[in-house]
Amino acid sequence: MAERPAAAPRPEFVREEVREHDIGVVLKPLTAWERVWGNGWFRKGLILAALALLWQAYGAYLNNPLILPTFGATVQSFAERVANGELPGKAWTSVKVLLQGYAIGLVLALAFTIAAITTRIGNDLLELLTAMLNPLPAIALLPLALIWLGLGNPSIIFVLVHAVMWPIALNTHSGFQAVSGTLRMVGRNYGLTGIRYVLQILIPAAFPSILSGLKIGWAFAWRTLIAAELVFGTTSGSGGLGWFIYENKNTLDIPAVFAGLFSVILIGLLVESLIFRVVEQRTVRKWGMHA
Amino acid sequence: MAPAQPLLQVEGVTLQYRTREHLVTATYRVGFEVFRSDRFVLLGPSGCGKSTLLKAVGGYLKPVEGSIRLKGGEVTRPGRDRVMVFQEFDQLLPWKTVKQNVLFGLLASGTLSGREAEARARAYIEKVNLTRFADAYPHTLSGGMKQRVAIARGMAMEPDILLMDEPFAALDALTRRKMQDELLRLWEDTGFTILFVTHSIPEAVRIGNRILLLSPHPGQVRAELNSDGQDREDPATGKRLSDRIHGMLFSEPVPEDEAVAHG
Repeated sequence: MAERPAAAPRPEFVREEVREHDIGVVLKPLTAWERVWGNGWFRKGLILAALALLWQAYGAYLNNPLILPTFGATVQSFAERVANGELPGKAWTSVKVLLQGYAIGLVLALAFTIAAITTRIGNDLLELLTAMLNPLPAIALLPLALIWLGLGNPSIIFVLVHAVMWPIALNTHSGFQAVSGTLRMVGRNYGLTGIRYVLQILIPAAFPSILSGLKIGWAFAWRTLIAAELVFGTTSGSGGLGWFIYENKNTLDIPAVFAGLFSVILIGLLVESLIFRVVEQRTVRKWGMHA
Repeated sequence: MAPAQPLLQVEGVTLQYRTREHLVTATYRVGFEVFRSDRFVLLGPSGCGKSTLLKAVGGYLKPVEGSIRLKGGEVTRPGRDRVMVFQEFDQLLPWKTVKQNVLFGLLASGTLSGREAEARARAYIEKVNLTRFADAYPHTLSGGMKQRVAIARGMAMEPDILLMDEPFAALDALTRRKMQDELLRLWEDTGFTILFVTHSIPEAVRIGNRILLLSPHPGQVRAELNSDGQDREDPATGKRLSDRIHGMLFSEPVPEDEAVAHG
């Protein structure tokens, strides 16, 4: 065996704890700049401002409002159309249809998923249907919808439901399946069965997945709606934002086209930050369930 | 002064479960009796079916042979008269605060409602020293605190028997020791009946007043011993209780690496 060098003898010691108020700074406020920079809104605002600046500069350099109007011209057109009530009216028409389709899609998705977790055949049905129909672009159904339901809102709502339902059902279903066995056993231990079990255990436990399904569904609904209005908004009477964009393109009012796109983006941002973010903060984040 | 009628009777229970490729026999003709205010421990190495046995008592699993009776009535499904405390920290509902979690059991099972439920929840949260954290969400608590909430939720139901499936196994050694002391203190307080599963010999000796030893593959009864928590020497053999248990569990030599792999 190798010779081990002997360490010098070391004394033992025991120390008194330093008391909290003797340590000095335990809690120190951040500087004003640190706090401003720590605010996500501020940082995102900066990025937006930079993008707008780039746009303005390139637009001015190009000097061709038919191809790319400047940011200033777009904002001006947007402000005019908002002031004369045209854009809010179109936006409301779109949002109204959107909400109807979204609500119907959501209810159907929930019904399908609940059937899927309670029966094996329901499960097979949902898996097959989502596998077949989820990749099918909603817009591809529009010609059929027009034949079945005629021109007008029912056709748009039909394709919206298709766009919303499958992603929500898919996410909710995988959320339900991922609920831990322990939580399931806890629910059954306290006598929860049937719909009470779904409402009190499965839905809250799967809420992170459900929420992301709702977000994806919302985005799909918007895209589908605008596309549907572009395709046949001409025949549906009043018309929404898609129709507004289409109409102004025909009259070569390009700043107004940009103003229409601008509204679509704005509504998306508002819904994301005012609704989904708040819901997320009050649920998933508060519960520590975000991945 | 043991009461004549046992609270829980397990007779000749054989349990099997299916995996993708095999039909596994978890326990073979296991029997034991638990009396009121027992701290009954199921002890054995991994693979002796002790957790499966506990789940069967919980009503999550039907024996293929034999019977499980609680107060004379056959156990067929999960119920609030046998509340389970799991090893996993995720047994608490993350969307409910500590108090709401304890209340959840009482309300969901319809045991109590309104102000009575509130009062009982508060009382049991106080028993496990979590009053200050009553409004905290589970993800902000330490592992030991989460297990205390789970125990409070189970005890608040005042079940006939509390089923504990290695409740302290996921805790660090210091916290685990403290939780064992607390469980014993709670038992001194209320004298509830516990069926406790563990694979730790020291834990079994400390917690249990009666220890059922199971041998693995499939689980069979090896012995049933008394304990007073002191790990005393047996007058007949001069060996400490824990050494006797150790000897019985490892009398058939198990290859070291296999024992580790299953642990």
